[in-house]
Amino acid sequence: MTSIADDHQTDSVLAARADARAQAERTSEYMPYRPASSSPVVPEGVDRDALVWAETVAPGGYTHKVIARGTRLRLDDPTGSACAHVVVFNALETNERLNVADTIKIPWQAYLGAGHPLLSGDGRALATITADTSGHHDTFCGTSSDESTTAKYGSAAPEGPSPSGRSRFLLAAAKHGLTGRDLPPSVSFFQGVRVEPDGALTFLGSAGAGTHVELVAELPLIVLIVNVPHPLDPADDYLVGPLTVHAWPGEPTLPGDPQFTATPEVNRAYLNSIDYAEARAL
Amino acid sequence: MSTTTSTTSTTTHTVAGHALRTTVPVGAHYVEGSPLENAGPLASGTVVLDETVAPLAPWSARLLAGQTLTIVDVGGNQSADFLVYNAHDTDERYSVPDTLAWQGNAYLREGSVLRSNLGRPLMTVTGNEIDRQDTIGGACSKESNTLRYGFHTEHQHGCRENFLAEAARHGLGARDLVSNINWFMNVPVEPDGALGIVDGMSAPGKRVAIRAEMDVLVIVSNCPQMNNPCNDFNCTPLRMLVTDPLRETGPDNA
Repeated sequence: MTSIADDHQTDSVLAARADARAQAERTSEYMPYRPASSSPVVPEGVDRDALVWAETVAPGGYTHKVIARGTRLRLDDPTGSACAHVVVFNALETNERLNVADTIKIPWQAYLGAGHPLLSGDGRALATITADTSGHHDTFCGTSSDESTTAKYGSAAPEGPSPSGRSRFLLAAAKHGLTGRDLPPSVSFFQGVRVEPDGALTFLGSAGAGTHVELVAELPLIVLIVNVPHPLDPADDYLVGPLTVHAWPGEPTLPGDPQFTATPEVNRAYLNSIDYAEARAL
Repeated sequence: MSTTTSTTSTTTHTVAGHALRTTVPVGAHYVEGSPLENAGPLASGTVVLDETVAPLAPWSARLLAGQTLTIVDVGGNQSADFLVYNAHDTDERYSVPDTLAWQGNAYLREGSVLRSNLGRPLMTVTGNEIDRQDTIGGACSKESNTLRYGFHTEHQHGCRENFLAEAARHGLGARDLVSNINWFMNVPVEPDGALGIVDGMSAPGKRVAIRAEMDVLVIVSNCPQMNNPCNDFNCTPLRMLVTDPLRETGPDNA
C-alpha cells in the first residue's frame, strides 16, 4: 500500500517543520490572494494596486470580511454556475443587518439589479448594487438548510460533498462572534428566480459564464458570502462553480451622485445612512 | 475518481446510498486497504453508546458522571481533537493550563485528570494504550493552515470548523472554543524548546478511556488535516464507545 505519508519526512520537529514549509509555494484553484494585489484574476478595469480583498471561493465554500464604508465589492461568476448567498451587517452594531423584505418592499421591486439598495430593518441602506451584468438573482428563497440539503443530496455534513448554505453562514458568522440568531434571510446572486402570476417560483438559473455584480458599502459592513447551490437548483448533483471576490476603497452614495436621488425612497435611505455615519464621525 | 467538466473539477461520492457528483473540494479519506481495527471498550460496564465518527467529521455526546468514553484509533495515528464541558454549565470547560499545572507534566497519560477552568475534575484518563497523549498542539483551522502551509490551504476543512459546527448544535459558539486535547497525536517538546506535530506513536486499534467525573458534554473533531503527520496523511474513522458501570442492559439510547 502506497501512502501519502511516504512523501513526507516528519519524524522529528525539525523535519516536520521543513516538510510544512516546503508546501508554501503551492497554489490552489480556490484561495485568498494576499496581498490582494497579487490576484491572478483581477477583473478588467479594476486597479490591481487598489485592491483590499481578492479571493476565489471554492464550490461549497464561504468567505467573510469587515469592509469600510465606501468599499466597492465585486463578485464574479467565471463559470456561470456560482451562487453567491450574501448577508451584510452594520459592522458597528450587528443587530442592524440585511432585511430582505424591506430590500424588495421599499424599492417597489423584487428583482435585484443595478441601483437596488440592500436595506437594513432600520431604514438605512447598508449597500447598493452599482453594477450588474447578470440580472439573475433571488430575494425569495434564501439559502439551503441542513434539512433541505439532506433531503436533496443525501447529506449536509460540513466536511462532506454537499454542505448547506446555513451551515456555511453559521461558520462565517461565528468568525465574527455571531450565532444562528444573528442570521437573517439572505439574498443570492447569479441564479435567478421569477414569480409566476399564480405565485409559483420559477428557477431561471444562470445568465451564463462571465457575469458580475458590484456593490458599494454605505456603512462599515460585516459581509458574509456563501457559495452553494441555489435551493431551487434542479440538478441532482451538487454542481456549483467557483466565485471570485474583489474589493477596493471608494465612496458611499453621496449627494451629487445620480443614484442618491434615484427614487424618493432610496434617497431617504441614503440620508438615513449618512445621518448615522456623520453622528459616528465615520 | 476526479473528472473535469468545462472548468470546475468534480468528484463522485457515495452519499445515502447513491452516487453524488460534486464540485466541492472534499478532503481525502483513507486509502483502500488501510488496516482498520475496531477494538472494543477499554472499560468495564454496559456499552450504552457505540458510534463511528467518519473521517473528517465532527461528533458530540453527553456522558453521565461515572460513564467512560473509549475512543478507538481505528486506523492508527488519527487525531481525535477533543473538548469537554460541564454539561449543566458550559461556562465551565476544559482547561489546558489547569490540567497541566495540576499534574506537573506536559503530556496526558493514564491517571491524568482533565480539569476545568475552575480547577475541577471533568474527566479522568482511566486507560491509555499509547505512550503519551497531546494537549498542547491545539486544533487546526482553515485560517491557521494558511500560516503553517500557505494560502492555498485556506479552503480546506479543519477542526475548528468541525468544533464550531458541532458546538452550534449545543448553542455554543466561537467564544466557547478553547485549547483542546488531541488524542493519538504526537507533539513532543524537545530539549531546546522546539515543538511540533511529528509522526504518531499510535497504531490501528489503540485506545484511550476517559471517565466522566461529572455530567459532561464532549465535542470531537475527527481531524481532516492532510498537511502534517497528525493523521498519518490518511484520515481514518474513530470508534466512540460509552460504557456505564451501573447499567445492566445493552444499548438503547444510541
